[in-house]
Amino acid sequence: MSTVARKKSLIWDYLTTVDHKKIAILYLIAGGFFFLVGGLEALFIRIQLAKPNNDFLVGGLYNQVLTMHGTTMIFLAAMPLVFAMMNAVVPIQIGARDVAFPFLNALGFWLFFFGGVFLNLSWFLGGAPDAGWTSYASLSLESPGHGIDFYVLGLQISGFGTLIGGINFLVTIINMRAPGMTYMRMPMFTWATFVTSALILFAFPPLTVGLIFMMMDRLFGGNFYNPAGGGNTIIWEHLFWIFGHPEVYILVLPAFGIFSEIFATFSKKRLFGYSSMVFATVLIGFLGFMVWAHHMFTVGMGPIANAIFAVATMAIAVPTGIKIFNWLFTMWGGNIRFTTPMLYAVAFIPSFVMGGVTGVMNAAAAADYQYHDSYFVVAHFHYVIVGGVVFALLAGAHYWWPKMFGKMLNETLGKITFWLFFTGFHLTFFIQHFLGLMGMPRRVFTYLPGQGFETGNLISTVGAFFMAAATIVLLVNVVITTAKGQKAEADAWGDGRTLEWAVASPPPEYNFAQTPLVRGLDAFWIEKMEGKKGLTPAEPLGDIHMPNSSILPFVISLGLFIAAFGFMYRTEHSWGLAVGIIGLLITLGSMFLRSVIDDHGFHIHKEEVLEAEKGVKA
Amino acid sequence: MANQTNTGNPNVDLAYRRKKNAEEMKHQVISFVLMIALTLVAFFAVGYDQFSHWFSVPFILLLAVVQVAFQLYYFMHMSHKGHELPSLFLYGGVLVAFLTVWAFMTVVWW
Repeated sequence: MSTVARKKSLIWDYLTTVDHKKIAILYLIAGGFFFLVGGLEALFIRIQLAKPNNDFLVGGLYNQVLTMHGTTMIFLAAMPLVFAMMNAVVPIQIGARDVAFPFLNALGFWLFFFGGVFLNLSWFLGGAPDAGWTSYASLSLESPGHGIDFYVLGLQISGFGTLIGGINFLVTIINMRAPGMTYMRMPMFTWATFVTSALILFAFPPLTVGLIFMMMDRLFGGNFYNPAGGGNTIIWEHLFWIFGHPEVYILVLPAFGIFSEIFATFSKKRLFGYSSMVFATVLIGFLGFMVWAHHMFTVGMGPIANAIFAVATMAIAVPTGIKIFNWLFTMWGGNIRFTTPMLYAVAFIPSFVMGGVTGVMNAAAAADYQYHDSYFVVAHFHYVIVGGVVFALLAGAHYWWPKMFGKMLNETLGKITFWLFFTGFHLTFFIQHFLGLMGMPRRVFTYLPGQGFETGNLISTVGAFFMAAATIVLLVNVVITTAKGQKAEADAWGDGRTLEWAVASPPPEYNFAQTPLVRGLDAFWIEKMEGKKGLTPAEPLGDIHMPNSSILPFVISLGLFIAAFGFMYRTEHSWGLAVGIIGLLITLGSMFLRSVIDDHGFHIHKEEVLEAEKGVKA
Repeated sequence: MANQTNTGNPNVDLAYRRKKNAEEMKHQVISFVLMIALTLVAFFAVGYDQFSHWFSVPFILLLAVVQVAFQLYYFMHMSHKGHELPSLFLYGGVLVAFLTVWAFMTVVWW
């Protein structure tokens, strides 16, 4: 690889990179950072609720921490970490040299990053958003200060990034599969990415519209959500959930994909019921758009709407059940190895099923009037998001770490992380079901003694510290591995089935010296079973065309970041409007540069490829 | 990438391609004329005060749908081979949007 690398400082290299593998690392670092921030906020919440009448975080400050915990975890931690996995793995899994639009890939990352930074700067600039991660208009229009403005503009910018990323993966998977990689030979994680990207394509525009209305109302005197001005506050709730419900599938489908890979690899069997898995994934994606109003049963839509949305919601349990049984049958009779990723996968099944069962309970509209706005709902969605998505992201990080960084994470520390996290997770959230059924409301910063909430909340807080300890062990593991980890082989776990395990760890800049010929599902496994060392090439060795790196994605995003500040302070500072316009000019100017400058990329010559491959294949 | 019939491959019979292109040109001109006519009809329907709104609004919406179809299939080449996935996504999006709007108009209070 050294022959290919041009002389650049590390930081400049990452600021300008368009390589999907480096962008994956950027997503992992940024998403990991926001995960720690969101986790810290969660700890603060749990400390405040540890005992009755606590005064650690009171009133408005508690609302801000609670809002930022939800917003950060969903938009700034889970989404980018999902994108980290997709970027690291999907192009290699389909036998491609990069994504379809490497420049847009970088742009997607930097938009997300600047949106996230903007949102979090609210802590230092007069207070964070405080209307909950759902930011219902009736609350958020009344919120004083700039907190909600940070929410609206920050999410708008990072939402553009996500939309761009989703479209990029759609085009990549449709157009850039290696010869022989038919749709029904795509690895399950690639399928999940494909469906997820389609969901992003259809779900993010409603959010964009909702945020623009909110921006108009808050910053430019609009009345979209203001009943006094002829608007309707419920419109925000609909727009938010038309986006918000598909959003949870955007998070959980890649999680399903990651676990499908892990179950097959560590059971040493092909995935049971592959085609039904594909069918279930697509069906979940489709049904995900038909159920948004189940978040709004208590709004007063009437019995017919509630009944229809209740039934539609329960229908999603069917394809999800198909998946659960397929994973169980994949393990059935398999040669199971309990590595760290496999531990997460096995623990995921009962944890997620519990979240699913409470989901069906919540879907029963009449019963939901009892559960609504109580800790029962909090317990439910933490069981699906932590028990599904976070478990998957931790499992995926351990599973693909050798592929991304070329070194194996320490298995002993990994297992300690798992057991601490698993124990802490159930300790924190299981009891919350009962707190909710006993009447403890969500989003309220304290409770009185003598209502029977003391023990449950204390247990829950102790559990949160277990998860914090797990995260610290994980960080120690990362540091130790980076410093003196054991070098990973190409097929790092020894049982790799899909194409990413056929290339070096970490892969060379061009991924494949020769585009591989795919001869079936689990392409690498097929080659190994026929006693071959590498993949069957589909083309002769030749020069490889690569895209040039560029600073423009960074500058385009920076421009929007500056513009957001300008427009937010427009009414109270004279410099506001000017700064806003300058920011937009920076963005539009760099887009113009991108359009007029011809960039043909460069070639890695055949000799250099041969030189680089020699070290690997030996 | 066999998405286009116009592959740029010199081995493809030139005469055949000429004929194909001429045919296509004819289709484009016809649909162009039809679209202008439809637009005129739409303006007329709105301008003519004997029609009630209950007729003219659905009528121009229908004309709009026809025009979108012309646009997609003749000008943007969706009638050609290799557009199965764009069609799938287009119609998928239309279906999802339709179901959402339909739900609002029939069951959801707002």
